[in-house]
Formats: sequence, structure tokens, C-alpha cells
Amino acid sequence: MTSLTHSATNDRSLLPGERPFALLGAGGELTGRTDFPMPSPEELVALYRAMVIGRRFDSQATALTKQGRLAVYPSSRGQEACQVGVVHAMRNQDWLFPTYRDSVALVTRGVHPVDVLCLLRGDWHCGYDPYERRVAPQCTPLATNTLHAVGLAHAATLKHEDVVAVVLLGDGATSEGDTHEALNFAAVWNAPVVFLIQNNGYAISVPSARQTVAPSLAHKGIGYGIASVQVDGNDPAAVFATVRSAVEAAAAGGGPTLIEALTYRVGAHTNADDATKYRQPEEVEAWLVRDPITRLELYLQSEHLIDETDTAELEAEAEALAAALRLALNDDADLNPADLFAHVYVTPTAMLAAQQQALQAELSEPEGE
Amino acid sequence: MSSTLDQRTAPTEGPPPAAPVTMAAALNRALADALEQDARVLVFGEDVGALGGVFRVTEGLAARFGDERVFDTPVAEAGIVGTAIGMAMNGLRPVVEMQFDAFAYPAFEQITSHLAKLHNRTRGRIELPIVVRIPYGGGIGGVEHHCDSSEAYYTHTAGLRVVTPGSPRDAYTLLRQAIDSPDPVIFLEPKRRYWSKESGPLDLAGPAIDSAVVRRPGNDVTLISYGGTTATALQAAEAGLEEGWDIEVIDLRSLSPFDDALVAESVRRTGRAVIVHEAAGFGGYGAEIAARLTEQCFHFLEAPILRVAGFDIPYPPPKLEEHHLPNVDRILDAVARLQWDDDV
Repeated sequence: MTSLTHSATNDRSLLPGERPFALLGAGGELTGRTDFPMPSPEELVALYRAMVIGRRFDSQATALTKQGRLAVYPSSRGQEACQVGVVHAMRNQDWLFPTYRDSVALVTRGVHPVDVLCLLRGDWHCGYDPYERRVAPQCTPLATNTLHAVGLAHAATLKHEDVVAVVLLGDGATSEGDTHEALNFAAVWNAPVVFLIQNNGYAISVPSARQTVAPSLAHKGIGYGIASVQVDGNDPAAVFATVRSAVEAAAAGGGPTLIEALTYRVGAHTNADDATKYRQPEEVEAWLVRDPITRLELYLQSEHLIDETDTAELEAEAEALAAALRLALNDDADLNPADLFAHVYVTPTAMLAAQQQALQAELSEPEGE
Repeated sequence: MSSTLDQRTAPTEGPPPAAPVTMAAALNRALADALEQDARVLVFGEDVGALGGVFRVTEGLAARFGDERVFDTPVAEAGIVGTAIGMAMNGLRPVVEMQFDAFAYPAFEQITSHLAKLHNRTRGRIELPIVVRIPYGGGIGGVEHHCDSSEAYYTHTAGLRVVTPGSPRDAYTLLRQAIDSPDPVIFLEPKRRYWSKESGPLDLAGPAIDSAVVRRPGNDVTLISYGGTTATALQAAEAGLEEGWDIEVIDLRSLSPFDDALVAESVRRTGRAVIVHEAAGFGGYGAEIAARLTEQCFHFLEAPILRVAGFDIPYPPPKLEEHHLPNVDRILDAVARLQWDDDV
């Protein structure tokens, strides 16, 4: 009864604000909102740099897919404010639980770009050591990673570690049962978790209106007793400020936060998708003028925090990264079929050892026999 | 929750009790000893705390080890397994309980797509030493959704170990081995044997986690079983003496991996084999055993390998389940059909 009384008196504080939180308008002008503090000039410049690098990585990955160097690539073009803002708001000791669309977030977190693309290149299911940068493997099934994040965070609480888990999910994933279980577990355990929904308008082809009739995805938090925020997902300053605040609250024992970032998937679901079948070009154009990089660039220029030399240098840096990526992915990786059996169990079973030997014998047979 | 009650229900420590122990009590002791010896071990699930689980397997553990190590969760099986995965990524060793076989199905995606695969997905960088305890099978008069034999769903998934004890003492050993395993383990508890008793020490002596064991040596026929039907197979072997059959009984213990060496050795020696399980026969675990043994022992076989399994039907209601479950007569009928010389 105590907790019911508590929630009845405080429930409105769990609801998102009436308008999405933004610090910068589409033209780079200040909105004057003060819900969360403006990032420092250094942080804003760092966000800008990482978004430019991230977009170049993303466009290079799309190009490599068209050339057949990647099996598939789900672009996050247009979502750079979320991809970069969330990672810059995290601390080194925190964990990121990304999805397949969050390659730019991984690059921003410091995972080597070639290792990021291992999955999509088809070499292995995860190309990096998750413990190195505290980045879980990119999750392909929707919403299942939310529970992993809650478990890891609760373990941190039990072990008295100062660690926050940040989990990324999309608007489609909020319809999955695991999202609801994760929000509920996180709330019941008061786990240090930040849920960031990148609401990019579409789950492949299905618009958000077909996922839910809730007033917003952020409104789902109150049902679990979780404080929720709706943020302009194309405003990198606002995404950073919101996530940073949520991370700080979680680390201080304040429990989970649900953040819905309103953004837009400018590209198709993947290179294999045809977005013209389910949305109008006018809709895309309306979002292009809200571009997150342009927005921050205009602000930084108006504040004289960057100049043309900085922009040129950054462009050169991004081009160098793209060139290195092209070069690295030009050659096929050296794959060992024996690896298929090596990690199914910690020690391969007799059955798998025999199958590995059989495959190796098959491979060592001379051609044509 | 009085302290008197806590003491009364707390598992006993020290030397093993002289009195026979039930399988439920042996499992309780295994959990208590693992919690005692390894601070990374956690026990959680639905009703496992104050109540001690619907089968009382976790009785007294929350009182003894505190609710940070033994605790109730919201009723959400995917949530239980999914959060266990995150905890294991952060260095803990969760032992989670699914309340009944059919109620584990909401966790199926977490089990098959993540629990089984994260080690492989990350080339061994993430280890998931998690035990998922699942009371399974029928024979207790349970209503629908409380009696499934779901082992084949799990054995068909690479990356999982699947084990099931056939006796109380082995329940202790096997659960300790499962908790110590660096691989995820589906630990199937034959619920109709929870109250069967056995005397002797509860310890770690015995075969390895992936080894089958000969429960009764014999020369004429190999009966291969596991979990709840191990005891049925042993009864059949005893009854078979009257027919003049010297029947060997193998308790598989580990369904995945399968102990090819021990089982094939027995079948080559006896030349005849019958597989007994209560799960449906079609596409069932026994079909895999029969295929493997045929591949490995063909020239030693005197007769086709037969299966005594449940019918290929949804699990029956309580008043009809006796017709579904393998029994001594059905097993001996199968043995009689193994092309003995006087049949030819």
C-alpha cells in the first residue's frame, strides 16, 4: 500500500513533458529550455566531430554494401544525434547494449570500424571483444537486449559497482514483450539502466501509429513507475544532456529512466529495402531540414566555436577514415572453418571435435576428387 | 517469518544424514552448498523466496542467504532468463527456476537465441555459466501445461547442455556439476521423482557432467532412459528376470552432449536396445539415440532398436495420463519384440 500511495501522489512527475525537450532549434538557435543543462562548448564540439565522422562511416558502409563488400547494412543516417549523443553522455565504466542499427554508436564508443562491420560483412556474428569498450554484441532480435542490460546493471548493484547500463531500442521494439519485462524488472529492482528509444518513425515499413496508440512511447514509463523523458532526437545537445542526466541519476541510486528520442530514419531499413513503397518523399524532405549535423554546425559557427579550417580538417579526417575502411574491406578476411566448432561450448564436445575433423578432412581433399 | 521457522527450514549442514533423502531435498542441499561455497551464485525465479518454490526445492534458502542472493522476481520468464544473461556477463552465476515445463516457453527466445549462442557469437569472450532449472514431465496428476517433457526443444539447440537426474543422490551431484559448468545448462527435474528417496552421501563423487552411467548391469538387453523413466526402467529390468532376461539399464544423465561411448559399448555387448522416455516419440530425443546407435553399432545389433515413448498427443488430462506414460508392461513388451531366437 505504501508504494501505491507513493505513486499516486507522484505519478505526474514520471510523465514526459508536454513538448519534446530541445536545446537547439532546427536552425541552430537556442530554444531557451532549461530542463537539462546545456553541454559545455568542448562537449558540443566533440559531439559535432563525432557526428561528422559517424556519418562518413555510415555512408561508406552503405557504399561498400552496394559494391557487395557487406552482406547487408542498416543505415542510421539522420539519427547521428542519438548515436553520438548517447555515447558521449556515458562514462567509460558504463555498458552500452546496442542494436544492429547502432554501428555509428559503436564507432563513437571506440570499437574499431572494421570490427564493427564484421557482423554485416558476414565474417562472424560479433567482431569485437564486448569487454574492451563495454559494448555488448549488436542485438539483432528486437528488445531482447533490454533484459541483458537490466541484468548486468542489477549485478552491478549487487556487486556495489558504479556502472550504468544504457540500452538502445527502436520504436518497433517497444511492442515486444521483452521491453515490458525489462522496464518492469528495472523498476522493481531500481536498476541503474537508461532505456533510449530511437523513435525513427518506422519499424521497417510499419509507421509508429501502427505500433501503439499511446500518447507517446515515453508515456509507457509511468505504467512501470519509471520517470520518462521525450527529447528531440535530432538535437545532439538535448540527447546528450538528457542521457547524461539519466546516467547521473542511475549512478546515484535513482533507478532507471526511459527516454524517447524523436528522430527519423532518412534512409531505407537496409540496402535491401525500398522505402518509396511506404512513405512519401515530402516526408523525408521535411526531416532533412531538421538534420542534426547542420543544426549543431550552425550553432557552433554562430558561437565561433568552429571555423572553416576546423571543418576542412574534420572533413579530411573523415575521408581518411572512409579510405582506410575501403582498403580494409577490399580484401576478404582470413576465415578459419574450424572456428565454427571452437566456441559452441567452452570446451568442444567429442561430437563437435569429430565434426570439425570431418570438415577439415573434406577441405584437405584435393580438388576434383 | 519467525526465526524458529527459519531454523527449522534451513538446510542441515555437516555430514550427510543417515536417513534417506528425497530428490527435492537433495536439490535443496546442492543449491545451499553452491551458495555457501561461491559468492557469485544467485538463485531467483517465481516464488523461490519466502515460499521456497512450488515444489519447495528452494525452501529456507532466502532466509539463510538473504534476499540479495535468493529472491523472487516478477512473473516473467523471458525476464528471468534475459536478466540472468546480463548478470552472468557481469560475473555472477545465476541459477534460475522456471516454475513448470510449459511455463518456460516465454523464455524460449532468450534461451535459444542468446543463452545458447552468446559464447559462440563472441568467440568465447562472453561465458554464461547459468543454470535454468525446469521441473518437467508428468505422473503427478497435473492439469494441462504442468506436465510437458520439453527436452527435445533444448537438445536441438547447440550451445546448451541439457541434463536430468534419475535419482536423488545424482540430483545433488548433477546440480552441483551444472552450477560449476562454464556452459549454460538446462537442468530438467523429473517432478514425479521429487519425493522418491535414496540413502547415502550427497557429494561430488561420480561420473562427469557429460557422462551416462550404468545403473544396473546386464547382458541381454540395454534399456536406455533418463529422468523420470529411469526408475521405471529399473523396475522393468527387475521384472524381466522372471522372463529370463538379464537387462542392463543406462541412466543417460546428460542428454546433450550424449555419451556415445558408454551407450554404444553397452549396446555392442548386448546386441539389443530399447529407449524409454515419456516425451512423444515422433521427432523425439529417442529417435536421435536410435539413429546414433544404428550408425555406430549396426553390425552388433540382433534386432532393430525400439522406443517406448509417450503417444504423439498433447499431454493428457490427469485421469488419462496412466495410458500415456511408459510402464513396466510396455517396456517388457518391447523387450519381447527384440527378435529373440525362439521368435524367428
